[in-house]
Amino acid sequence: MRANTMAAMILAGGRGSRLLDLTNKVAKPAVHFGGKYRIIDFPLSNCANSGISTVGVLTQYESVLLNAYVAKDQFWGLDTNDGGVYVLTPREKDKKGLEVFRGTADAITQNIDFLDSINPEYVLILSGDHIYKMDYSEMLRYHQEKQADATIAVLQVTLKEATRFGIMNCDENDMIYEFEEKPAHPKSTLASMGIYIFTYKTLRKYLLADDKNDKSSHDFGKDIIPAYLNDKRKLTAYRFKGYWKDVGTVDSLWESNMDLLKDDDELNLSDPSWKIYTEDVNALPQFIGKEAKVENAYITQGCVVLGEVKNSVLGTNCEIGKGAKVVDSVILPGVKVGDGAKITRCIVADDVEIAPGAILGSADSENIELVAKKYVE
Amino acid sequence: MNALGIISFEDNTANVEGLEDYRPVAAMSFMGRYRIIDFVLSNMTNSGIDNVQVYCKEKPRNLMAHLGDGKGYNINTKRGNLRILYGEKTFSSKVYNHDIANYILNMQYIEEDKNPYVVVAPSYFLYSLDYSVVLEQHKKSGADVTMLYYNTTEGKERFLGCDLLTLNKGKRVIEFHKNRGKRKNVSVSLEAYVMAKETFIDLVNKAAATSSLYWFKDVLKDYVDELDIRGYQMKGFVACINSLQEYYRVSMELRDHTVANGLFKPGWPVYTETSDSAPTKYSEGAKVVESVVSNGCEIKGTVEGCVLGRNVTVMEGAVVKDSIILPGAFIGKGANLDHVVVDKYARINHKKELTGTAEEPVYVARRDLI
Repeated sequence: MRANTMAAMILAGGRGSRLLDLTNKVAKPAVHFGGKYRIIDFPLSNCANSGISTVGVLTQYESVLLNAYVAKDQFWGLDTNDGGVYVLTPREKDKKGLEVFRGTADAITQNIDFLDSINPEYVLILSGDHIYKMDYSEMLRYHQEKQADATIAVLQVTLKEATRFGIMNCDENDMIYEFEEKPAHPKSTLASMGIYIFTYKTLRKYLLADDKNDKSSHDFGKDIIPAYLNDKRKLTAYRFKGYWKDVGTVDSLWESNMDLLKDDDELNLSDPSWKIYTEDVNALPQFIGKEAKVENAYITQGCVVLGEVKNSVLGTNCEIGKGAKVVDSVILPGVKVGDGAKITRCIVADDVEIAPGAILGSADSENIELVAKKYVE
Repeated sequence: MNALGIISFEDNTANVEGLEDYRPVAAMSFMGRYRIIDFVLSNMTNSGIDNVQVYCKEKPRNLMAHLGDGKGYNINTKRGNLRILYGEKTFSSKVYNHDIANYILNMQYIEEDKNPYVVVAPSYFLYSLDYSVVLEQHKKSGADVTMLYYNTTEGKERFLGCDLLTLNKGKRVIEFHKNRGKRKNVSVSLEAYVMAKETFIDLVNKAAATSSLYWFKDVLKDYVDELDIRGYQMKGFVACINSLQEYYRVSMELRDHTVANGLFKPGWPVYTETSDSAPTKYSEGAKVVESVVSNGCEIKGTVEGCVLGRNVTVMEGAVVKDSIILPGAFIGKGANLDHVVVDKYARINHKKELTGTAEEPVYVARRDLI
C-alpha cells in the first residue's frame, strides 16, 4: 500500500495501571506476551501483514523502552522506502509550550502536522494493547464499499459482557445509529474494538473542532464518534471474527497466555501466512535437561529447563532450576527460578530471580499472583 | 579492527556424507537454529571486522539466502560490507576449485580493501574467539603469519585428515603433516591465519605460480623455513565438522548446556538469520529430555537426547532418540528413530523404525518421504 493511501496511528501512551507492577517502568504495549512477543507486536505485525507502510506510534507514559523498541521498524519489515514507524511523543510547541496528550483524539490532533505531511486518504486508529490478528486492508475495502466516513471494527460479545464495552447499535445494514459506553441495559452485543478507519479529510475537521471544545474529553469513543453521529455522518460497523483479547489486567494477561496452550488455540501464532514479528534476539535454542519434565508448555529460545514445567508459558532466556516446578504460570523473559522452587498460578515479571526452594502462588487461588520483586526468597 | 575478514572453505578431505549433497559445509544447519558459518562470521563481526568476504565453494544459493547483506550479523552495511564470492571459472571442477583459485579470480576485491591486515578462517572449525587479540599478538611478535592451533589428546579419533603442526619452543611452526589418526597428543591447525594483506596476496600469487592445484596451506608448507609462521594456541571448545560422524558427535556433545557454554559465551552473541518462528509447543503427553529444541516446533511425542531444528513436528507416539532433526522435518505418529540425522523437510510418515549408531548414524535425505 502506498504511504498516502492509509496511515496507521497506534495509541500506545497508556500505563495500563491494572497490570500493577508490570507497568511500573514500561507502558502496557511493551509488556511481554506469549514468550517472545510484546503486546504492540500484534498491531505492528497486523499493519505489516496488511500492507500498511506508514505507522505512527503515539507514546507518553514511561516511553523510553517503547520508543526505542518500535523505532526498530525492521523488526516488522516496516523499514520500506516510503514508510516506516514514526515515534510520536508529546513535544514542546511554539507559543503553546509542552502539552501532554489529553485523550486518544487529542493525541492525533497534536500530531495533525505529521499526518498532513503524509497526507493519507484514510487513517487507521489502533490501540497498542490488544492481542488479535486482523487484516486491516479488508476493513479498508469495506470502508470504501460502504462509502463511510468512519468504520468501527466490532466484536460480537455476550449480553453480559456487553455492559463492559462501548456498544454499537446498528441498523440492518450495519450502519451505526447509536453508540453507548458501557450500557447497563445493552440493546446490542456489537462491541467496539477500538479500531477505527476514518476518511482523513473529514476526521481532520472534527479533530480541529474538538480541540477548541473546552468541555470535550478529547476521546474517540466519548467525543469524536458521538459528534459524527450527531451530524448524521455515515458510520459503519465492520464485524470481526476471531481471537481478540484486551489484556488489561493480570488475570486477563494470564488467561490470554494460557489460551496459547489450548489444542484449538484460535490465535495460532505458528500460522506462516500471518506471522507475528518481534525483536530478533540472539538467544540460544532451548536446552531441556536430563531430569526435566515439560508438558503442555509454550517455550521460547534461550530457556534452560532442568526442572518441571506444566501448563505454562516461558519467555526468552528463562532458567528453571533442578527440581523446580512451574505450573499454570506465565514466566516473562529473563527469569531465573532456583532449584526446588515451586510456582503455581503466577505471572513472574521480567528478570525476577526466585530463590531456591521458594514457594509462590497456590493451585486454588482466586486470582493470579503477580511476582514482580527483583529477588524473591 | 583494521583487518579484512576472509572466510575460506574446507578442502576435499572434508566429507559430510548426505548433508553435503545439498549445500556446502558452511550452510549446513547446526544446533537447531544456526548454520555452520554463523560461528566464524559472528567471531569476525564481534571482533570488530566490518568487511568480510565469504568464499563459497559450491551451491551458493543456500548461503546467499542465509547471509543476505550481513545486517543480521551486526555489520553496519554503510561502513562495512559482506561479500559472497566464488570462483566463477573453477566452480564446476572439484580439482581446480580450491581457495587459491578463488582468491586469484577475486583478487581485485582483496586489493581494493583498505585494511592492512587479513584474518582468514574457514567455517567448518567451530570455536569462540576474539580475532583482535590474535592480531595484537601477531603485531607484537613480528611474525609473518600467525596461525591458530589447538592441542588435543584425541588425535586418534578426532580431527582426522586435518593438518597437524610441529612447533618449536618459541611457538614457531616448523613442520606440517596430516593427521592420519596415529597419535593421541597433537596440535591441530585450525586453518585460520592473521597476516599483513601484502603477505597474503604475495603468498596467493606464489601458490598460483607454483601449481594450479595448490591450496593456501600448500604454499605455507613450501615456505615454512623462509617465513616466520607463529602459532596462536586456541583453548576451550574447538570442533571440526569434517564428516557426518563428527557432525553427529559434536551435536550430541553440545546437548549439555554446560558444554555448549564453551561455544556460546556471554557477551559474544552468535548471530544467524532469524525466521520469526513462534515459540515451541510441548503438548499434553509430550516427553522431552536432554535435548536442544529450536522455536516453531510442535512436540506431541517422545524426544530423548535430540537436537531439533526450527518448525519440526513430532507426532503422538513417535519416539525420537539421540537424533538430529533438521528444520521443517515431520516425524509422524508411531515413528521410531534412534541415531538418525533427518534432513530438512523430510517426512517420516508411516510407522517406521530407523536405527543407526554413533559411528554410523542413519541419514534421511532432504525432502525425502519415508
